[in-house]
Amino acid sequence: MKTFKIGGVHPAENKFSAGKRIIDTPLPKQVIIPLAAYIGAPSVPVVAKGDQVKVGQLVGKAGGYVSSNVHSSVSGKVAKIEPALDASGYKRMSMFIDVEGDEWLDTIDRTPDVVRECKLTPEEIVKKIADAGIVGLGGATFPAHVKLTPPPGKKAEVLIINAVECEPYLTCDHQLMLEHSEEILVGVTILMKALQVNRAVIGIENNKSDAIELMQRQIRVLSFQGIEVQPLKVKYPQGGEKQLIDAITGRQVPSGALPIEVGAVVQNVATTFAIYEAVQKNKPLIDRIVTITGKSMLNPGNYRVRLGTPLKNVVEQAGGIPADTGKIVAGGPMMGRAVASLDIPTAKGSAGVLFLNEKEARRHAPSNCIRCAKCVSACPMGLEPFLLARLADRHMWDELEANRVYDCIECGSCSYTCPAYRPLLDNIRYGKATVMGIMRARNAKK
Amino acid sequence: MENKLLVSPSPHVHGGDSVSKNMYGVIIALIPAYLTALYFFGVGAFVVSVTSVLSCVLFEYLIQRFLLKTTPTIGDGSAVLTGLLLSFNLPSNLPVWIVVIGALVAIGIGKMSFGGLGNNPFNPALVGRVFLLISFPVQMTTWPRPLAFNTHYLDAETGATPLSFLKGGAFEQLPAQMDLLLGNIGGSLGEVSAIALLIGLVYLLARKIITWHIPVSILATVFVFTAILHAANPEVYASPLVHLLTGGLLLGAIFMATDYVTSPMSHLGMIVYGIGIGIITVVIRVFGAYPEGVSFAILIMNAFTPLINTYIKPKRFGEKKKAN
Repeated sequence: MKTFKIGGVHPAENKFSAGKRIIDTPLPKQVIIPLAAYIGAPSVPVVAKGDQVKVGQLVGKAGGYVSSNVHSSVSGKVAKIEPALDASGYKRMSMFIDVEGDEWLDTIDRTPDVVRECKLTPEEIVKKIADAGIVGLGGATFPAHVKLTPPPGKKAEVLIINAVECEPYLTCDHQLMLEHSEEILVGVTILMKALQVNRAVIGIENNKSDAIELMQRQIRVLSFQGIEVQPLKVKYPQGGEKQLIDAITGRQVPSGALPIEVGAVVQNVATTFAIYEAVQKNKPLIDRIVTITGKSMLNPGNYRVRLGTPLKNVVEQAGGIPADTGKIVAGGPMMGRAVASLDIPTAKGSAGVLFLNEKEARRHAPSNCIRCAKCVSACPMGLEPFLLARLADRHMWDELEANRVYDCIECGSCSYTCPAYRPLLDNIRYGKATVMGIMRARNAKK
Repeated sequence: MENKLLVSPSPHVHGGDSVSKNMYGVIIALIPAYLTALYFFGVGAFVVSVTSVLSCVLFEYLIQRFLLKTTPTIGDGSAVLTGLLLSFNLPSNLPVWIVVIGALVAIGIGKMSFGGLGNNPFNPALVGRVFLLISFPVQMTTWPRPLAFNTHYLDAETGATPLSFLKGGAFEQLPAQMDLLLGNIGGSLGEVSAIALLIGLVYLLARKIITWHIPVSILATVFVFTAILHAANPEVYASPLVHLLTGGLLLGAIFMATDYVTSPMSHLGMIVYGIGIGIITVVIRVFGAYPEGVSFAILIMNAFTPLINTYIKPKRFGEKKKAN
């Protein structure tokens, strides 16, 4: 069974919400739509306080090439535009819209019929994806159209669909595949057309054998050409872009380079579904599937949520906050962000909300490094976490750069593994941010 | 409840491994060898091992409590393990007071003087053992003969070890290979049974407490090096199998050289370190003054570990292969 070659760990999967059908979350009274909840420049508001908006209407225009359009997920009246706290822990400019009814733009096709044929040119497809405000839904929230426009001189050879969902607990992508396999496959053909490639590989870990079988059967029965499903051995962080490309093609993206360097373009499976909806149904990115989960959660499940809905509304659907909660994580347990409040909105990158009980949340006191080298074995980038953490602690920036701290993908395998409970990634993150700042300043001088 | 929420950076879960799990894991892996030691060396093995473990734990406690004035960490199992490993490297008829001195040197000088677990450059148990070997050469090289359910301690009947036969060129006096495998031979109390030590290795690998790199590279190096010598002149140089099964080689390769703190961090570095130990061991055994050289070989390569860590890095992801 294929997997990536260097490092990796296997955390307890805890997929309590696996196989739970997607449930629609009721509309909230007010949505908070962040204007910068993705990688890139913030978008610029095109409506003002007091304006009436419809579902799917453009409310924020991309503020640059690496940026994204933002649409209203509800119909109603713009209440205010001001900074609001989001999952990042920072206040960012957001649009508050008071919900009135549920009136959609006429252009959006809301029927459940699958539209398979796409007559658009590659350029038209990319433009439509950009217009629809689609960003990577796996968590990194990188604008999707940028990835579909290879730099001059580079040509994509293979499209890889990231359906790995290697984060423990999360099941939103898994369930999406079970319920919308045909739409996803149409999305893949659209992406293949946009990239002008004739081969696509959907990477799925073999703890989702039902999804693997379903996708394989749909490809055969509905005769999709050039698409294959690659089952992968369960190992974290297989959903990391570089790890997934390595697992599927055996090629390793060089340090600092983009996947296109080895001829690959990777899109997340939920992103692919959103692209299908955008291109074939004219529906911009206004909702997503969110997994609400945790050991003490009453109804762990997968919920379709309008973007901007406060997370607490979604959590109420799943039975409310468990009494023994010690930590709330937006995202999965390995790379998600701990949040202090559930008043923050559902954003484009919100794949899940995880409730850890007090026992799970407790961090043990660190003891001396015993140099067991387990972090070195676990690091999927072939780095030396023990060394990087110590160098960062001592502010030895040159040595950190020489030991390639900039390659760290912050997957957390080192801290997860450390028997001395050392907060390795905390230190490494600090060192990486500092070193990358130094490197940027140096490049700017040149 | 909201004001009790913990907010900290990812990852938010831990794999559940701990320092003490690893230490006690190694101790469990030592049980088969300990049982054979009790069988062949009886009361002596019991007295020496218990003395060593208790004094190592006691010295660590006293030093942490009264000299360093920190919270003692004897519960992590590392002092127990050092004590057990030290005793495995001692003859079972060694007087208690010498064992206590060995424990004091192992813990006091080998470990705590550098700052305790994680900071010592040399394997503490071997520091203690080599100190005793140099200070008490007679007592440290007088080996009791193996005897089922031995009730003798200081008055145990003594005899030569297989390695001293090798040194003397008396190959015909070597014990049968079955005795070498089971441990029915003279030697330090924990080193004699090849099978018991190999069971320990399988356990350590299965629990992922160690990787294969260090033990395999040491054993392969010794095998290849002695096979070449044996092929060149079988009358002077013993067969590689005899070298593998005698002395402290298996104990050293599986349990002493794999000490986390004093061995390299990258897999390639571990292999270089293992090859170094293998070569030095054979050189001492075949050409040196001592019949056995595993302890010295490991301590010498311990000294090279920081250098190995500096120059031998793990294989980086996406590193370009050098042209040609």
